[in-house]
Amino acid sequence: MDIGTTRRVSLFFAAHATKIHKTPLTFLKGFATMKRYSAFAVAREAMRHHTGWGRAWAKPTQPKKKYDAIIVGAGGHGLATAYYLGKNFGITNVAILEKGWLGGGNTGRNTTIIRSNYLQDPSAAIYEKSRSLYETMSQDLNYNVMFSPRGVIMLAQTQSEIRGYKRTAHANALQGVKTEWIEPARVKELVPIMNIDGPRYPVLGGLWQARGGTARHDAVAWGYARACSDMGMDVIQQCEVTGVRTSGGKVVGVDTTKGAIDCDKLGMVVAGHASVLAEKAGFRLPMESVALQALVSEPIKPCMDVVVMANTVHGYMSQSDKGEMVIGGGTDGYNNYTQRGSFHHIEETVRALVETFPMIGRLKMLRQWGGIVDVTGDRSPILSKTPVDGIFVNCGWGTGGFKAIPGSGWAMAELMAKGESPLTDEYNMFRFREGKFIDESVAAGVAH
Amino acid sequence: MLTLNCPYCGVDADETDLHGEGEAHLKRFGPNSTDDEFHDYLFQRQNPKGVHFERWRHVYGCGKFFHAARCTATLEVFGTYLAQTLEPPQDIKDKITAKRPSWTWGNFS
Ligand SMILES: Cc1cc2nc3c(=O)[nH]c(=O)nc-3n(C[C@H](O)[C@H](O)[C@H](O)COP(=O)(O)OP(=O)(O)OC[C@H]3O[C@@H](n4cnc5c(N)ncnc54)[C@H](O)[C@@H]3O)c2cc1C
Ligand SMILES: [Zn+2]
Repeated sequence: MDIGTTRRVSLFFAAHATKIHKTPLTFLKGFATMKRYSAFAVAREAMRHHTGWGRAWAKPTQPKKKYDAIIVGAGGHGLATAYYLGKNFGITNVAILEKGWLGGGNTGRNTTIIRSNYLQDPSAAIYEKSRSLYETMSQDLNYNVMFSPRGVIMLAQTQSEIRGYKRTAHANALQGVKTEWIEPARVKELVPIMNIDGPRYPVLGGLWQARGGTARHDAVAWGYARACSDMGMDVIQQCEVTGVRTSGGKVVGVDTTKGAIDCDKLGMVVAGHASVLAEKAGFRLPMESVALQALVSEPIKPCMDVVVMANTVHGYMSQSDKGEMVIGGGTDGYNNYTQRGSFHHIEETVRALVETFPMIGRLKMLRQWGGIVDVTGDRSPILSKTPVDGIFVNCGWGTGGFKAIPGSGWAMAELMAKGESPLTDEYNMFRFREGKFIDESVAAGVAH
Repeated sequence: MLTLNCPYCGVDADETDLHGEGEAHLKRFGPNSTDDEFHDYLFQRQNPKGVHFERWRHVYGCGKFFHAARCTATLEVFGTYLAQTLEPPQDIKDKITAKRPSWTWGNFS
């Protein structure tokens, strides 16, 4: 009985069901050829050999001379920021500039765990906002992002983890985030393939978030890109920002590999490259960039329909809809921009997981990759004004920002449009000076 | 796997015998420093895509701390040197200049 699969299937249909078109017509002016996806469209295209689908988003190759706002970085956070600038604030003269291809950064490299069971109140606010936006994202974007709230368990394998997760469960109860502490027997019931008896690290219980889960990472980037393009925004790929131009302490534009572009506001949303870009604008950020790796096994039949994270042994695992076991661990130990990591981290992660999931010892691993994650001193992100007027920065999501994409975009758009947002207040880059950390080093103890 | 030569015991140590200890040549600020100095000392980090100087420790070897000059964009190692110095020795700087003529890092170049 695989409840997860049933849920996933119904979600698939939900996302494809015909919806009433609620988008105001003005949003359609930019890219009039975009077609809405619906059950009817699937049937129609089936009748004509799928010749009528058209492009999902426009592909402008040259930027305009000037935009009201430029977002650097077409990862999930950059695209979501642009989307909410348009959707919530009517700012649509926007370009999203990407040096590589859209979603090719960490957004397309992550293991897609979505949860909001963090400890601190500001975290609960932005991560739960985000998780709740994932619930309706497929419908909102008319694009199936395959959000699958299959449930996430964080295993307690030491006494201190028991105390830590019970504390988090209490904190979550006060914050209105639905999580609960579960006993080992319940863990075993949820994940029959797990060995909960040790020997080194027996499973002593877990923190369970039933509405946590996963989503399709590429689809999140593509869905937002399509919606942005639909509002008339320019998503420009192979366009690297090489310089930031300021005048009198205010941003006036950027230099790119496709020429100079002017703007009134600039959003830097480039994850691992945030320090590099900040330096071009003349300020520094309190963070370092390191590699984080993940790997997947050969595809197998459904065997685990929840996400499991084991922070003590530094490993986590879920099963993709294709059947692959998706596995990740901790970050590499030194600064790195190469998008590849050291092999022994893979070995460590797998070694740890084999004890808890003996069956994966028989699996072949198919591929492994790395992304460059941006880690701050308190393991919490930065969504902030900067020393340069008109420049806003969104970075520091480190090992765990996929789950935060819609909430972060929502908050960042508000910050850029209005100059402040209740969701970003405490995430300003100056918090370290005042010692106002948002300490999530426990919640973010392992990469995810 | 990253391999660094430990300048104390002379061993070419694998990454698994070493531990990265973060940015090198940090100047310590404490009582009587300004807020800016203290903040920068605690939290601001050089995070260059390119030439970088780090502290490492030969944990599963001689146990000593030493310095390494690396490139974070290619993982190339320019060299390692002793911990008892406030800045990279000239021969290391020369090696870097030969390969990255216009490099700068903090106050060094
Ligand atoms: C292996 C791995 C596993 C992970 N697992 C999880 C997980 O399970 N759950 C979770 O919540 N998070 C996870 N994360 C973290 C998550 O992937 C990131 O926090 C998130 O994707 C960051 O999104 P972003 O849009 O900020 O960055 P990115 O997706 O990296 O986008 C930034 C973009 O900026 C572009 N760029 C950089 N410099 C420039 C420039 N000068 N000009 C133009 N463009 C530029 C880059 O090319 C890139 O496309 C994981 C990360 C990794 C690497
Ligand atoms: Zn040594």
